[in-house]
Amino acid sequence: MASMVDLERVVVLLGGFPALAGADLRLEAGEAVLLQGPNGAGKTTLLRLCAGLLRVESGHAVVCGVDLGADRQGVRRHVGYAGHRSMLYDELSVAENIDFWGDAAGVSHDERRLAADRLGVEPRLLDVPVSRLSAGQRRRTSLAITAARRPSLWLLDEPHAGLDQAGRDVVDTLIGDATEAGASVLVASHELDRVRDSVVRTVTVAGGRVLEGSVERAVGSVR
Amino acid sequence: MARHSASMLDQALLVARKDLRIEWRSKIALNQVVPFALLVLVLFGFALDADTAALRNFSPGLFWLALLLSTVLAVHRSVEIETGDGVSDAVLLAGLRPAAIFAGKMFALGLQLVLLALALLGGVVILYDAGIDDVGLLVVTLVAAVVGVAATGTVYGALLVGQRARETVLPMLLLPVLAPVLIGATRAWGDAMGTVATDGWAWLSLLVGFATVYTVVGALSYGTLLETAHG
Repeated sequence: MASMVDLERVVVLLGGFPALAGADLRLEAGEAVLLQGPNGAGKTTLLRLCAGLLRVESGHAVVCGVDLGADRQGVRRHVGYAGHRSMLYDELSVAENIDFWGDAAGVSHDERRLAADRLGVEPRLLDVPVSRLSAGQRRRTSLAITAARRPSLWLLDEPHAGLDQAGRDVVDTLIGDATEAGASVLVASHELDRVRDSVVRTVTVAGGRVLEGSVERAVGSVR
Repeated sequence: MARHSASMLDQALLVARKDLRIEWRSKIALNQVVPFALLVLVLFGFALDADTAALRNFSPGLFWLALLLSTVLAVHRSVEIETGDGVSDAVLLAGLRPAAIFAGKMFALGLQLVLLALALLGGVVILYDAGIDDVGLLVVTLVAAVVGVAATGTVYGALLVGQRARETVLPMLLLPVLAPVLIGATRAWGDAMGTVATDGWAWLSLLVGFATVYTVVGALSYGTLLETAHG
């Protein structure tokens, strides 16, 4: 099986602080992995690194076949990153945001609308400015934009945060559908019981490292 | 996987439309930048004791000084659009060509500056009794100067996307760099308005050179600037 993420002794500095201090991780194609760990452990940094948003200080980092040390911009077209923040323009409506980011990524109009429907973005909200949306509605919109890109690697940071029960179920389905389609998913979450059912293994991150022996098969399996 | 078949021009227009749409919604330029620029003109009038002859003679310089001071606000607003809730991450991840982002933001900023200049021109004609002898020189100078200012503002704006103190840093960086525009445009407009005996068309070459250099530098370096500002 091809490796989607291959990190060896990776160090990432944030303002001089080693947010990742020699992290090792391997993620295969079609695999979903949960990153767990306390606040400040380095989970978000790990996801942002894989998205090509952070510079590799030292170590070996290859994501989607792209060496991040040589070309971290090159990996961005392969990944879908949904972080803590909405990544939306507040002044634009939901539809305008979906269309702008869709056009930017070369996603067709039908694919965008399909993704919006799938994420439960209500049609009545399409013309509403993002600044007036609730946190959950923003999250759904943001995830719809990510889903429309059909990334090879999903990087989800607390994807259930702010969502109602139906929204959480949609995220779980999204993870399952992504892996079924051959994509890989790396998801950071504190909602361990919920996410464990959607992933094939769990990895603990602490102190900027992936802990030895923390990799284990979860009870659940890929849907 | 995301696909990127759109042409450079399509991507630039996409970014420009987005910036102009956001500006149209927020009305920051209309409600804050234009009134500020007109207020500066009025204050210049107070400073020169409402001496009509002096105001008329100095109107080209006062116009361009007011425009450049107001440009700082417009550039700040253009930067602010990209510092929303994780938007700077999204811009990097979207896969847009950096040169297209630069061109789009420059075009949107330039269009706003042209509209601001028209409001200011009305201001100097009405408040300072300024006349126009050479409309062609006036218009060509305005276009060349605005292109230079918009290109420079977009370049320096990108540098400050991730900076906390950009409100204070931006004018200190931008205004000295724009000094050649102030000098060249003031001289050219002095000729166009008949306030100084000089060859305005000769000064135009300075503006064209400035605009060309910053447009090329911006298009080539914008990706690096975005990455650097992002950290």
